[in-house]
Amino acid sequence: MSASTPETTTRPQAADTSAATAVSDRGTALWGLAAQFDTPAAIYAAAKKVRDAGYRWFDCHVPFPVHGLDVAMGVQYTILPVLVFFGGLTGMCLAIFLQVFTNSIQVDLWAIVPVIGYQFEVSGKPLISAPAFVPVMFEVTVLLSALTAVGGMLFLNKLPCLYHPVLKSPKMKRITDDRFVLVIEARDPKFVRSATQDLLESLGPERIVELEP
Amino acid sequence: MTTLPIDHPIDELSDDPRQRAPLVLNHDDFGSVTADILRCNEARRPPLAWKIAFVISFLLMSVLGILVGYLIVTGVGVWGNNNPAMWGFPIVNFVFWVGIGHAGTLISAILFLFRQKWRTSINRFAEAMTIFAVICAGLFPGIHVGRIWLAYWLFPIPNQMDMWPQFRSPLLWDVFAVGTYFTVSLLFWYVGMIPDLATMRDRATTKIKAIAYGFFALGWRGSMRHWHRYERAYLLLAALATPLVLSVHSVVSFDFAVSQLPGWHTTIFPPYFVAGAIFSGFAMVLSLAIPARELWGLKDFITMRHIENMCKIVLLTGSMVGYAYGMEFFMAWYSGEVYESFAFINRAFGQYAWAYWIMVSCNVICPQLFWFKAIRRNVWVIFIITLFVNLGMWFERFVITVTSLANDFLPSSWGWFEPTWVDVMTFVGSFGLFMTLFLLFIRYLPILAVAEIKAVMPEADPHGHHDDDAETHA
Repeated sequence: MSASTPETTTRPQAADTSAATAVSDRGTALWGLAAQFDTPAAIYAAAKKVRDAGYRWFDCHVPFPVHGLDVAMGVQYTILPVLVFFGGLTGMCLAIFLQVFTNSIQVDLWAIVPVIGYQFEVSGKPLISAPAFVPVMFEVTVLLSALTAVGGMLFLNKLPCLYHPVLKSPKMKRITDDRFVLVIEARDPKFVRSATQDLLESLGPERIVELEP
Repeated sequence: MTTLPIDHPIDELSDDPRQRAPLVLNHDDFGSVTADILRCNEARRPPLAWKIAFVISFLLMSVLGILVGYLIVTGVGVWGNNNPAMWGFPIVNFVFWVGIGHAGTLISAILFLFRQKWRTSINRFAEAMTIFAVICAGLFPGIHVGRIWLAYWLFPIPNQMDMWPQFRSPLLWDVFAVGTYFTVSLLFWYVGMIPDLATMRDRATTKIKAIAYGFFALGWRGSMRHWHRYERAYLLLAALATPLVLSVHSVVSFDFAVSQLPGWHTTIFPPYFVAGAIFSGFAMVLSLAIPARELWGLKDFITMRHIENMCKIVLLTGSMVGYAYGMEFFMAWYSGEVYESFAFINRAFGQYAWAYWIMVSCNVICPQLFWFKAIRRNVWVIFIITLFVNLGMWFERFVITVTSLANDFLPSSWGWFEPTWVDVMTFVGSFGLFMTLFLLFIRYLPILAVAEIKAVMPEADPHGHHDDDAETHA
């Protein structure tokens, strides 16, 4: 999987959801339509077709990462590695500053409280003992990279998520167990209640579920 | 769920390189994998053996708590530490527990980067073990500082004395190394667990469970757009944790190697400590996995193949440790350094010779039994050998720490270290802390990485179920 797959797409601006286009069979507002499959192969094929049909506001809810499904869906490669690089760089700079400030130079700073750097001479070693500063530089680099990787992943995924229509539906409980669900949101510009349902029916799902907002 | 035909007999112990050993036995659909792994978490009551083990562990943990309190109100004089053996049990225990804490991240990170798919059924509880071992490890230097209310001096915190820690000291590197290691291991463990916590949330039978698991699952809904970033984050964490796990015990070894004492001041220490750490960590994983798979009925997931693979790693790292012991002796002789040579002869034949030979028999001789296939496949023998390995690795740290301190340069400054009952019971109590946390973990959290195990099943391949051979020839 390469970072610049030509088919990767960004999502267009969502259409203004008017009640006319998105109404459930019961007459309530409709958030999206979910098609449930029972094998990874089925959802893989379905995701490709839905994407080729021009839908962009759709998602697959799967109990484990199905290999290649993100490419089949046309998910844009994440920017996370870049964030982690800068997180690590920040960590390294912070560690250099911390050690040089506390052990090598005598300057005053104001950081909430006044703090004073100190020229800490130990056993005739140079004030800036670069080799001795390496372990802490390494550790702080790794620490900030790891925090960025996890924090960035959660931020980009908009987690923690307190509420979501997919989690609201009691029929969706098995998406974390053994079922594979493809959801097309009503806000997709191409979403038309009947046509979208026909498309999903043609993919051979176990069942189709309406999701309320 | 479609049932797929199995075109060859299942033999997870087969050494035939043309076929991949199955990683999951007797399961061909995802639902039964979830149900079987989480069965013991979802049972209303834990097994009796769990309750008995928990009571014993909790009592031992209470002993630890009482003794730490006794130490704080009395002072470090309750220990056997003296001049010249100022480090004694607390540092021996610290290095021992940090060492054990290495297998988890090794399994999660290094085996992940090497695409060793068999790691999926052991990584979760090995990571948990890592975290609990590092908690035990962190306790000892914390109480060893004596006036623990001044332990914040370890950190670069602006204070009214304008006093800073000394960054040229390996002891301070240790604070950063162990602190980073604990944080990153915790993140790794937790991030890996989010999808499984969501599974437990969705399967919860009571409101309290649903809320508790739901809180920690962060609203995970298995979205493939999320999985995409999640997999990137996990890979990055693995790539970061790999050098980290090697650095931590290297930094711990600097505590010794950077000093001038004979027997400590040697360049072999970092790789030798890292090999020893992986060795003891895998031994501890085996000591925990063998009873846990029995008790929790996880033999289809932690197969004999997994056990055998871990035995091979114990054999490899045990041989590396044995090589390091030999090389230390060789360098002591080859250097022509009087004090260095004496330090090693003294270790093997001096006043602590008994400790040295316990170490050699447990760490060098014992694991060599794993050359025999029959022994690698007998859980009872494996269990006993791994207990011996853990014992031997504790004695290794004891030998390194105490012999060099007790007999250094001038005979006039030599001494003798003897632990007090407080030393011994504090160490025993730390096992109580470790086991209490571990037992709580296997009862309330997913003990195996459910989502990851499903992903390595042949049924998880979206392009249909076929052998690797067929894939390459297709």
